[in-house]
Amino acid sequence: MNRFLARRFAFSLVTLFVLSLIVFFLGQILPGNVGRTILGPLADQQAVDALNHQLGVDRPLLVQYGAWIWPFLQGDMGQSYIYRSPVAAFVVPALGHSLKLAAVGFLLVVPLGILGGVVAALKVNRPLDRVISLGGLSATVLPEFVSGIVLILIFGIWLRWLPIDAAWPDGAGPLIQLYYLVLPAMTLVLGLFGYIARMARAGMIEALDSDYTRTAVLKGLPWRLVIWRHVLRNALLPTITVIASQTGYLIGGLLVVETLFRYQGIGSLIFNAAKAKDFPMLQACVLIIGITYAVATLLADLLYSFLNPRIQMGDGQ
Amino acid sequence: MVEPALRLDRLSVDYRAGGRNRAVLRDVSFEIARGEAYGLVGESGCGKSTVALTVVRYLPRNGRITGGAVTLDGADVMRLGPQALKDLRAKDVSMVYQDPGKALNPSLKVGRQLVEVFEVVGVPLAEREARALEMLKKVRIADPGSVMQRYPHQLSGGMQQRVAIAMALANDPTMLILDEPTTGLDATVEAEVLDLITDLRRELGTSVLFISHNLAVVAKMCDRVGVLYAGMLVEEGPTREIFGSPRHPYTISLLRCLPRGGQRKDRRRLDTIPGFLPTAGMLMPGCPFAERCALADNLCRTEVPKLRAVCGRLVRCHYSDRAVDLPRNTPADVVMPKPTMGGAPVLRVSNLSKTYGQGSHAIRAVADVSLSLLPGETLGLVGESGSGKTTLARMLLGLVPPDLGGTIELDGNPLAASLDRRRDEEVKAVQIVFQNPDSALNRSHSVSRIIGRALRRLGGFRGADLSSRLNALVAAVRLTPRHLALRPRQLSGGLKQRVAIARSFAGDPRIVVCDEPTSALDVSVQAAILNLLAELQAARAVSYVFISHDLGIVRYLSDRIAVLYLGRIMEMGPSERVFEGPNHPYTEALLSAVPNLDGTRNTRIRLSGEIPSAANPPSGCPFQSRCPRKIGAICEISEPPLTEAEPGHVIRCHIPAADLERLQREYKAGARNVEAGQEIETAVIDASHQY
Repeated sequence: MNRFLARRFAFSLVTLFVLSLIVFFLGQILPGNVGRTILGPLADQQAVDALNHQLGVDRPLLVQYGAWIWPFLQGDMGQSYIYRSPVAAFVVPALGHSLKLAAVGFLLVVPLGILGGVVAALKVNRPLDRVISLGGLSATVLPEFVSGIVLILIFGIWLRWLPIDAAWPDGAGPLIQLYYLVLPAMTLVLGLFGYIARMARAGMIEALDSDYTRTAVLKGLPWRLVIWRHVLRNALLPTITVIASQTGYLIGGLLVVETLFRYQGIGSLIFNAAKAKDFPMLQACVLIIGITYAVATLLADLLYSFLNPRIQMGDGQ
Repeated sequence: MVEPALRLDRLSVDYRAGGRNRAVLRDVSFEIARGEAYGLVGESGCGKSTVALTVVRYLPRNGRITGGAVTLDGADVMRLGPQALKDLRAKDVSMVYQDPGKALNPSLKVGRQLVEVFEVVGVPLAEREARALEMLKKVRIADPGSVMQRYPHQLSGGMQQRVAIAMALANDPTMLILDEPTTGLDATVEAEVLDLITDLRRELGTSVLFISHNLAVVAKMCDRVGVLYAGMLVEEGPTREIFGSPRHPYTISLLRCLPRGGQRKDRRRLDTIPGFLPTAGMLMPGCPFAERCALADNLCRTEVPKLRAVCGRLVRCHYSDRAVDLPRNTPADVVMPKPTMGGAPVLRVSNLSKTYGQGSHAIRAVADVSLSLLPGETLGLVGESGSGKTTLARMLLGLVPPDLGGTIELDGNPLAASLDRRRDEEVKAVQIVFQNPDSALNRSHSVSRIIGRALRRLGGFRGADLSSRLNALVAAVRLTPRHLALRPRQLSGGLKQRVAIARSFAGDPRIVVCDEPTSALDVSVQAAILNLLAELQAARAVSYVFISHDLGIVRYLSDRIAVLYLGRIMEMGPSERVFEGPNHPYTEALLSAVPNLDGTRNTRIRLSGEIPSAANPPSGCPFQSRCPRKIGAICEISEPPLTEAEPGHVIRCHIPAADLERLQREYKAGARNVEAGQEIETAVIDASHQY
């Protein structure tokens, strides 16, 4: 088991390294000159060159990469070109905000999605299954700016139950914050529910159809116990992997939702940094998301190996 | 009158598929008395498993009982409420099926799954563990305490099936349903599991419904047997009567498909059954077998025959009196030109080894194998799983590189170890037929494209030449031009295997490796494929390396046989010599493990312990850890060399061949004497005093 996790951990490190390379060098290919962008079209060319030199962007790429990644590893994410202050001061609170929203969305969508999938599988091809499967799929294919706006219209404007703005007043307690987060979180739930439910449903159907389920039923076990002890555990293994792969979306893919609900998360930070060619900010954000993603995947692997004895022993893939 | 354990009364079941109801069981009636073992045989698709699933009320969603009744232990199964059904399943009926690896929950420990069985019937928590342990002991699992703590995938197939049997018998059910319980297990493991079932049945007095496609296993295990065909019971009676003197044309044909009594390819061909099993739900006004029966006339096609009592059994045939003279579909006496065996060997393998992994994890899959193959000769490779058969075959094909030092020669010229280093001539000279034609054929290509491509690539044919060769090849494997446009999924298993055979013969190979080519097929189809292989060999003097776990088939097709154990050749010699002995003790055990159709109890040699892992083979002779004829320390210290027992027949054993012969003769005679008097118990021969 430890060998399996060590391998996975090493693999995450390699992935993150490659990601850092991609992020860094792609940033260099984007059109535009950093100094020019910051100083504007009317600025003197000499001033632009001087700024570029001051920022260090006229050095060879590899040197720039080293100068960026080495402090980064030690916790220094560099200076924002635009704000002229440490990137970390922006990234850390934004990440906190995003994580908060993601956590609310995650805690809503995972139980709902799994429950939906399980119920659909137990009523396979019956009306309830069709409603869940079709409804979930329809919601998934809707872009967030559509589903978000629909939610805002219904709950924020017509019913007036929920605030349409996710930015809570200063000093708000956790419950108040939660109240403000429901609507954006619901948008995320709509986007992911169908996906998770679909996986859970497929896993359930396969497990229900398996020989070991037949064994359990023919033992005379009550149906509830069959499902609970024998089916669920095997059925939900693949779903766990899917959920892990979606945590990346929950953290990094919030751009539209955060913009729509005017929420100061990492998604809007990335968007603004990309617009302004604020490389240190952009790179830090992407890498932070990458790390979060890697940690989430690692946690999912840990959970998976805990639930699946064949991996625990290190003799299965 | 005592209530039978199980009674089926005119049971009919439909499956709904493609918007239609298709009858899979029609008016099936039989009874199983208390303590009786009843066998249900027939080819796949006949409805055997449906019978089992109906009895426990576990039909698939699209299955529906359209008529009749099932009475289990006096209770009408169809009328039971949910709780009564659960109780019935918990206490009165159990089921064990094929593939125990899937039947056990992969994510729960064995002990937990076993304990559950006692939980259901309300055994107090404190006693459950002890009862589970006791059950594991009953199914003769070594070290039951540690097995309880393991997960199913950590057990061998044989042990998994023992656990499944332990679960099934834990609450002493009236009825035990066994659906192909040993299919997929190795011969010696199968024999052990069957012995176990026999013993437990005797001890507990459980009634058994035994479902199998393997007639010999049923003959060994069952008192009475029913033959199912297309969802109908066509013949039923005492096992000895049915298999000894069958009266229904289907039973007769089925039995003729099997090589029996040392039948060999050059002496007598196997019979086959023309046509196909009717698809479920096909409208058949008459006898379901009429389309394939040589005796059928208008009456058979229009009127379903009744089950009538004939000669001590029930037969569903209008002409059961004439059935004994049923004409053969394939003439038996077609004299096959004996292939011109001889001359220089086409293949010579010297000191071939294959080691996987490294250092302490090294697994020696094949160890120092040397053999040769003459043109037109068939070498049978026999051995249990893990014996290295498939690795050896793959090395011949160049798919797996052997360890340094071994050589493979084709026609006297060294053959490169890796396929992409072999010349085109060499590639087409060595071809393979796989076990599963489903995965061996590209399912998106038509038959003509599959074979045509092989002819182009291997045979180098183009244009008109190609199409004439294609037609000739298709005819040679007994396919018709009609099949050319079809895709593999539109073909039956037997037809698919013919396509695979045609593919391998496209480049006029010198050697064809047949890796379990018929083990996924029904017996009637298997017979046709074996006949085809024999015919192709006679016509083209091709050599076969024939891998199979079925010794009867190996005997039928092989000229010589090599017996492998943990990657070593333990015995090799002419087919008849290997079957008659003297034998290596492992071969002896293997041969005695095979049940035969006469239903006589085998004088079986029980092997102790599990097949060792190739990663950690025993010291000295690889077989010493299980050998019933082990003579002492020498077996643990040195590995015996292959010594010649008689010309061309080599055995790897410390016991001289003459002594082996005497011991084995005495053992057989002794077993016969015991059999005459009483039942045979475990016979472990202690030969140590001889040395």
